Amino acid sequence: MSIENPIFRTEDLCAYYGDFMAIKHVTMSIPEKKVTAFMGPSGCGKTTILRCLNRLHELTPGAWYSGKIFLRDQDILEMDPILVRRKVGMVFQKPNPFPTMTIYDNVLAGYKLLGIRLKKEEADRICEEALRKAALWDEVKDILHRRGTFLSGGQQQRLCIARALAVNPEVLLMDEPTSALDPKATLQIENLIVDLKNTVTIIIVTHNMPQAGRVSDYSAFFYLGELVEFGPTAEMFTNPKDPRTEEYLTGKFS
Amino acid sequence: MNNTNNVRYQWRRTKNQIILATIAVLAIIPAIPLFVILFQLFQKGISSLSIDFFLNLPAPPGEPGGGIKNAIVGTFIIVGLASLMGVPISIMAGIYLSEYGKESKFAHLVRMCADIFQGVPSIVIGIIAYAWVVKPLGKFSALAGSVALAIMMIPVVVRTTEEVLRLVPNILREASLALGVPYWRTVLKVVLPTGMVGVTTGVLIAVARIAGETAPLLFTAFGNPFMTYNPLEPMNALPLLIFNYSMSPYEDWWQQAWGASIVLITIVLLLNIASRILARRVAGEK
Amino acid sequence: MNDKKLSLPSKIWDDVFRYLAFGSGLVVILLIVASLITLIIQSWPAIKHYGLSFIWSTDWDPLAEKYGALPFIVGTLLTSFLALIIATPFALAGAIFLGELAPKKIAEPISFIMELLAGIPSVIYGLWALFFLVPIIRAFQMKIGAPPYGLGIFTASLVLAIMILPYALSVARDVIKLCPNDLKEAAYGLGATRWETIRGVILPYAKSGIVAGIVLALGRALGETMAVTMVIGNSSTLPSSIWDLGNTMASVIANEFNEAQGLHLAVLVEIGLLLFIITVIVNLIARIFIIKTRV
Repeated sequence: MSIENPIFRTEDLCAYYGDFMAIKHVTMSIPEKKVTAFMGPSGCGKTTILRCLNRLHELTPGAWYSGKIFLRDQDILEMDPILVRRKVGMVFQKPNPFPTMTIYDNVLAGYKLLGIRLKKEEADRICEEALRKAALWDEVKDILHRRGTFLSGGQQQRLCIARALAVNPEVLLMDEPTSALDPKATLQIENLIVDLKNTVTIIIVTHNMPQAGRVSDYSAFFYLGELVEFGPTAEMFTNPKDPRTEEYLTGKFS
Repeated sequence: MNNTNNVRYQWRRTKNQIILATIAVLAIIPAIPLFVILFQLFQKGISSLSIDFFLNLPAPPGEPGGGIKNAIVGTFIIVGLASLMGVPISIMAGIYLSEYGKESKFAHLVRMCADIFQGVPSIVIGIIAYAWVVKPLGKFSALAGSVALAIMMIPVVVRTTEEVLRLVPNILREASLALGVPYWRTVLKVVLPTGMVGVTTGVLIAVARIAGETAPLLFTAFGNPFMTYNPLEPMNALPLLIFNYSMSPYEDWWQQAWGASIVLITIVLLLNIASRILARRVAGEK
Repeated sequence: MNDKKLSLPSKIWDDVFRYLAFGSGLVVILLIVASLITLIIQSWPAIKHYGLSFIWSTDWDPLAEKYGALPFIVGTLLTSFLALIIATPFALAGAIFLGELAPKKIAEPISFIMELLAGIPSVIYGLWALFFLVPIIRAFQMKIGAPPYGLGIFTASLVLAIMILPYALSVARDVIKLCPNDLKEAAYGLGATRWETIRGVILPYAKSGIVAGIVLALGRALGETMAVTMVIGNSSTLPSSIWDLGNTMASVIANEFNEAQGLHLAVLVEIGLLLFIITVIVNLIARIFIIKTRV
């Protein structure tokens, strides 16, 4: 299956923890401005490969890679990881706003933590824009200078999305962003993901198949570190090519 | 059969009660001298406290109106200088242990050295500061006292900093790194601020500990009956003054030693209480 | 925002910061090494002059340049162990009481107060002992027919016991608290009384930690200076009983260092070196017991 002008392209990517090979020879292309879901049973490596894409994988002691990951035409494994992470943002499983900062400072953390000084008007504009994109602006516009930790779980997660969007990344990685949230907050995040795909490429790891069906355009199914199948979500869900995908989709793995 | 069992049960119950009561009594006895000390301190010392006592300089024995201004100022200067020297390096070493060294052999060696150093007698640290500062400068000085006290506070602050920073959840480090923030800025601007309350607690505990130390000052700061702000001169400090006055043969100096003790213990207890309140705030946030 | 500009210095600063942190860790190690070397260099004239006989010689006469450290070594060991013997039963009872018996509402404020009192500077313990404990001991000594100095080895041990008690107690209490509930419930389930559970389950579980607390307290007692210096009587002859006057290694340094010169000074530094080595060993032993409790 070929993707025109992919934003990410991996070539024979392997990722290891010490001697353990967690990702095995994955070659795939991720389309731009679409939502791609990584699925698979737990332990299949879907989170590991996500963490390769912004080089967070290497922070685990003993972790390393082989192969290539192209962001457009640059191999990110050869780039300064800091530049990679400016271009590829991430939202984590558990909402993690910085507890010492206000909501306002949390949104602008990508600038403030780097010591980049913004003019007041510019900072205000970036903050409002990011919060609006994250569909949080109306809820917090009057409490911008309170701590982010007072918000509900769903609001905190949207604050984290705003924080990641504020530095204008090209790709947003989401690692099971709703697994710690209640159904209502989950629905809000899912709607947000669908809205966001016009502005940013999204890759989401999920073990929740209905969720992948609702939000994603493309899906990748991983099993034991291998990429089993990749294709448009609608096609994969209705007509899986690999028997393992079918078994997973019909609930035979957990 | 049933009867003997019953008797044995009765005896076990009685024995249980006797021993538990003994434990409770033994546990309460050691608290007595501690309260007696506090009580007597205030009973004997409260009459020395007056505004003059805080604002005047020491007077010769027999002359009324002597104060302890120079010792109070000296304690603040010596302890302040010690903190300036000891705290930054301790926090950096704590950062090394929690953020870089972690489980490496070198990090374990650092931890072991800090733990061992905590047990080195303060009088020995006084000798070391004498050799390092007093000998080369050729005279006693407040600076030498500060060096001794800085050495004493390092192990405490290093270990608490490490412990506190280790409690900072890893997801916050990852959140910052994922924004493209370099590791050193992540440590300084995310990890350290998140653990700041705990680090401050450690610093306060260390300051409280060194503020009451006498032995390391005996042959470093030495003491001085006059007022000085110059850290290169011998300087008085509250613990030194209490020691010298109480070992003197003059009754009015003994009286002032009790007064000075109230001042010193108030400073130390306030620092300790402040640190516990902060520590509780940390525990509450967890 | 120019991304290129941003990347280069970040790497340099990452390295600078890492080396600063590493260097600070190194300082902690160097501090111990440098201290040891300093003590050896400063005491070298004495080590060369007197050799090992310094440790068991009992003569101490600065005017005749005769220096034997035995009276101080004996003084230190005697006061420290006497203090431990006095303090241990109370510390153990206190640890059981606060860690197991007392309800949280009572144990917490008492623990809090105990910890605050542990922060009282040693010079204040000395002052109190000098003016309160000494007269009481003197009256007691008159009653039993001992020489009524008031000051001396026994008084110093008593003050030491009061001072080290909170340390031993808090370490032991913390380990007793760590004893898992299911162990205790198993004992109660078998019909054990509270004391039988303490003796049969909790104390064996906490044994290493209790020993660690006692050894740590010993380390404190060995090096404690001011309170001892103020009440021990400063006599440099070998004590013949616990009512005698004496000196510890720490107190002889505190008393004579400022007037000492030449060989006398080197000898005092050598006593400091001995004290350093002894306390390091004692603390290492305590660490071994602490590591055991974690396993």
